[in-house]
Amino acid sequence: MELIFLTFVFVLAIFLGFELINKVPSTLHTPLMSGSNAISGITLVGALVSAGAAHQELATWLGTAAVAFATINVVGGYMVTDRMLAMFKKKDQGEG
Amino acid sequence: MSEEMLINLVYVASAVMFIFGLKLLGSPDTARRGNFISAVGMLCAVIVTLIDQNIVEYQYIVGGIVAGGLIGALVARMVAMTSMPEMVALFNGFGGLASLLVGWAALAVAMLNASDAAPVPVFMLVTVFLSILIGGLTFTGSLLAYGKLSERISGKPFVYTGQRVVNSLILLAVIVCAGLFVVDPSNQNWLYLAVGLALLLGVSFVLPIGGADMPVVISLLNSFSGIAAASAGFAISNILLIVAGSLVGASGIILTNIMCKAMNRSLSNVLFSGFGAVTKSDGPVIEQGEVKPLTPEDAYYILEAAASVVIIPGYGMAVAQAQHIVKELQEMLEDNGCEVVYAIHPVAGRMPGHMNVLLAEADVPYDQLLEMDQINPRLETFDVAVVIGANDVVNPAAREVESSPIYGMPVINADKARTVFVLKRSMASGFAGIDNPLFFKENTRMIFGDAKETLNNLVKAFD
Repeated sequence: MELIFLTFVFVLAIFLGFELINKVPSTLHTPLMSGSNAISGITLVGALVSAGAAHQELATWLGTAAVAFATINVVGGYMVTDRMLAMFKKKDQGEG
Repeated sequence: MSEEMLINLVYVASAVMFIFGLKLLGSPDTARRGNFISAVGMLCAVIVTLIDQNIVEYQYIVGGIVAGGLIGALVARMVAMTSMPEMVALFNGFGGLASLLVGWAALAVAMLNASDAAPVPVFMLVTVFLSILIGGLTFTGSLLAYGKLSERISGKPFVYTGQRVVNSLILLAVIVCAGLFVVDPSNQNWLYLAVGLALLLGVSFVLPIGGADMPVVISLLNSFSGIAAASAGFAISNILLIVAGSLVGASGIILTNIMCKAMNRSLSNVLFSGFGAVTKSDGPVIEQGEVKPLTPEDAYYILEAAASVVIIPGYGMAVAQAQHIVKELQEMLEDNGCEVVYAIHPVAGRMPGHMNVLLAEADVPYDQLLEMDQINPRLETFDVAVVIGANDVVNPAAREVESSPIYGMPVINADKARTVFVLKRSMASGFAGIDNPLFFKENTRMIFGDAKETLNNLVKAFD
């Protein structure tokens, strides 16, 4: 039953993703990529449990490495996206 | 309220914030706010996860977060806008690696708790394998893409006979390893072999893909990094990972599709054909007429008299870092009473939207950037089209020469403008060695030299 439930969520989220992203104009495609890349760093949430659960040495080390890599993804991704989006200006907004 | 309930409620809120953030990314006015909301969603998810009662040790978590956070922040601040494609590739790779590690760690814990009476469920073994496979190939594929984009290694496609067979065999071998491991989880060697093969697959799958096809590959790897996170979510039964991962997966698939359409090629053609290596003509380039070179001084007189100019940038503008001087030229022309717009091809540059970000950095307003479909119907009304470091995306052979490898690809019809300036380093054939009849057209003038220097001379002439 759990499998069905998770698959259900998965399929709905994919369709939702298609609807959302189709509306993003091409001028924002690079920020979209780096921003969605930051979201894919959500693996961090899974990594936290592996790193902190103290089950077993191997899992702790794998989890800690995953925490580090996912954090690079999350922090770097959001920051660089923000940096890019701050540069997008309309004509009447003048020089910045 | 139980702890688990609280965690899951916050996860729902985080998912809503991701969705809302992506929705706001649909317009440049709200995009920055959208990104912020999405970041807040991530922060909430991370904080609430830390109250999970399974977490008893915090020193490793703090260490990992501090190290990752510092590196991420540093890279995000330092990176030049022209290097954005390779940075996104690298971050994609880290996301993939994190998913691989999470899947593996979850398996290690499950194996420890399993007994003969209660073995690790097959469902979990399969999803762990998926996150290892997809995460692993995303990691090495992205690293290779990073190397190619940053020109640490040659951006040329690397093709050999039987490449497709070899790639298919590696994929098959991973699946066989997965099958053997699911049957007998006590033999860990199959797991290690599968990890190694997944890493190898990433390399062998990006090897045949050349520089100009990179927008497709980055989009695809972006999608993979999301799918890898979703499969890690299946492995640890975490709904938030599944939702966020599949949103990213869908986003990457859409971008991949847009890029493929903009090149009039199918995804399998991009992935397997090694464009450029196979289409390179062996004979000498056929002369299709006379090339008419022009000095920047003469170009100035034409631009000075022009009432409307369309600027068509390509990857060459990024290489020459010429976006700021382009903006200066635009201002000079506008002060002169000339209308200036930019025409952006979807695959100009090395990633989707590459040109838009560079021009935004140079303070070019985004409403002055027109997409191919907006500009093509009105191109014949422009006095001058200035092509800066673009080649294939303005190649009229895509419309006129049926034998051309890019025949059928939608291009910006630069040749329809009254006069066309092509800023180009030399007459050496560009990527893939495809002839570009634009250079020989009656109304085309070639301005040879470094794009930045040429533009500098033009701006000086206006002063």
